[in-house]
Amino acid sequence: MASVTIQGVKKKFGATDILHGVDIDIADGTFTVLVGPSGCGKSTLLRMIAGLEEITGGEIRIGDKRVNDLPPKERDIAMVFQNYALYPHMTVRDNMAFALMLAKQDKATIDAKVARAAEILALGALLDRYPRQLSGGQRQRVAMGRAIVRDPQVFLFDEPLSNLDAKLRVAMRSEIKELHQRLKTTSIYVTHDQIEAMTMGDKIVVMRDGRIEQTGSPLELYDHPANQFVAGFIGSPSMNFLPGILRRSADGLRVELADGTQLDAPPQSSGVDGQPVIFGTRPEHLTLVPEGAAHGGIPSRVVVMEPSGMDTFVACRHEGVELSAVFRERHDFAPGSTIHLQPDMKTAHLFSVDTGQRLAA
Amino acid sequence: MSRDTGTDTAGMTFLESTPKKMLNAYLPLGAFLFVLLFPFYWMAITAFKPDNELLSRDGNPFWINSPTLAHVKKLLFDTAYPEWMWNTVVVSVTATFFSLAASVLAAYAIERLRFSGAKQVGLAIFLAYLVPPSILFIPLASVVFQLGLFDTRLALILTYPTFLIPFCTWLLMGYFRSIPFELEECALIDGATRWQILTKIVLPLAVPGLISAGIFAFTLSWNEFIYALTFVSSSEIKTLPVGVVTELVEGDVYHWGSLMAGALFGSLPVAFIYSFFVEYYVSGMTGSVKE
Ligand SMILES: Nc1ncnc2c1ncn2[C@@H]1O[C@H](COP(=O)(O)OP(=O)(O)O)[C@@H](O)[C@H]1O
Ligand SMILES: [Mg+2]
Repeated sequence: MASVTIQGVKKKFGATDILHGVDIDIADGTFTVLVGPSGCGKSTLLRMIAGLEEITGGEIRIGDKRVNDLPPKERDIAMVFQNYALYPHMTVRDNMAFALMLAKQDKATIDAKVARAAEILALGALLDRYPRQLSGGQRQRVAMGRAIVRDPQVFLFDEPLSNLDAKLRVAMRSEIKELHQRLKTTSIYVTHDQIEAMTMGDKIVVMRDGRIEQTGSPLELYDHPANQFVAGFIGSPSMNFLPGILRRSADGLRVELADGTQLDAPPQSSGVDGQPVIFGTRPEHLTLVPEGAAHGGIPSRVVVMEPSGMDTFVACRHEGVELSAVFRERHDFAPGSTIHLQPDMKTAHLFSVDTGQRLAA
Repeated sequence: MSRDTGTDTAGMTFLESTPKKMLNAYLPLGAFLFVLLFPFYWMAITAFKPDNELLSRDGNPFWINSPTLAHVKKLLFDTAYPEWMWNTVVVSVTATFFSLAASVLAAYAIERLRFSGAKQVGLAIFLAYLVPPSILFIPLASVVFQLGLFDTRLALILTYPTFLIPFCTWLLMGYFRSIPFELEECALIDGATRWQILTKIVLPLAVPGLISAGIFAFTLSWNEFIYALTFVSSSEIKTLPVGVVTELVEGDVYHWGSLMAGALFGSLPVAFIYSFFVEYYVSGMTGSVKE
């Protein structure tokens, strides 16, 4: 096991800049998730750690060894690919033993290691099958088994669950996490799915267009997003954003929406009086103002109701802005009717219109 | 001619009623087979027909009344036919083997090693294939002569790759391209060297492609005529196609019986190899690597 240090890493494909200087510190034994929209450079970064892409600038260290110029096999890493990349002409056993055979380990050691991995992943009955005879989930497990037998310093995963159906994905998610808790090998996991990131990561790195937007624990990102992009990307259903004007006065901070609605804003926010801002609040932090109450909330027209049994999702519109709310209670609003939604001031955020940064104290 | 008729029948329901089936499938197929196989039939009956039947205008030309082995006997004992056969085998097998080995390396390098100019090299190899042997044999003859290889088997073994390598390289490039990149990257991480990736991952997966390329190269060398005619003159060095044509046609006398017997036995080994590998061959031409 080892830590991984990424310092000022840049990548160009030809003249195109793909990564613009990325810094990440990955502590020994942690599970770090790189998340971001498709095409933001996550896979490229992972492949640079693996040694499959050259490093244009900056430095990558595994443990205290600089690996920029080392070939993949000398980096002591194992990688699980999106489409599993199992060798089609080898049995499950040979797939798992391949790396050990190349390392010229003796037969008894290889058998013992394969048997141990097979036991961890419940692959014992499948050892003599070929990849084409396995289901998607089984292939996925073989791909992980192949990584485990090598007992590497670092596991790298590139969207390993995206070829599985939804149910299996949830199951494999916990399986991978459990595996990590058992083996405690430093893991770097790439995904575009923020739920995977939130549920699996000790630490999440949110990327966009070759830059890091924010790094932190899942709840840090959820509760204190650094900017509007992270706020909107993390969490599902995603955060509501309402444009308004900041009003600073003696009795506190308020945001005035276009239609004149006044909302309490988090008092510790920075920003000057009269500044245009974005008011952000999560769907579960909106409460329903009782019929006929004096104090307003956001007047919203109900568009669609989506009861899931456990909670009720309501899609609304306020002055042309989409707004969603989730209630634990069951409601039955008629589409087209108007409800008033009161945001919770303590969990709301203000973002600068110009930079998208959160206006924190 | 795919033999894969058992599976993809969903789109062929229009063939289901019997009269329509006759009209749409068997009739065209039958006509096709007739056109293809008739020359073989003609070759076979001519090989076993006595001369008087061959030259007479009476009787049914499509049948033999009193079969004879005289032509075969003449072919085997009065000509150098067994030597021609042996030469052809030696030349075809060695030329095919060397060409395949060279093509594997070339195709893999062009497809998978990142070097500048890979595309251009691939294109150049293809262009080399487009130069017809009927032009190339003139300069090649001069080369062969100056190397002192004239009238040796080596002359053929060394010149056949000029058309075999481009052909096999192109076929294999297409095949290698169908092998997913990730497999090789995964092997690279697993600690394999380039050579190990080639021998342990790529080649085992490319077996159908190798077999198609091999069969093709073998057939092309087996049937090759111009180089064999030009670069070899002694009877005991000749290959089958050249030997049969040059020594069984004397002036304007065609020894039809022996000529056809020679052609018949000459095509049997190729037919045998084809039938043996036909499954691989078809998947090599159409297929790719499926996980
Ligand atoms: N080999 C390559 N050559 C040129 N551009 C590439 C190459 N690989 C990836 N890219 C580009 O780099 C960007 C990031 O790709 P990638 O890292 O695969 O994104 P993702 O975050 O979806 O994994 C994309 O715009 C992609 O088009
Ligand atoms: Mg990717």
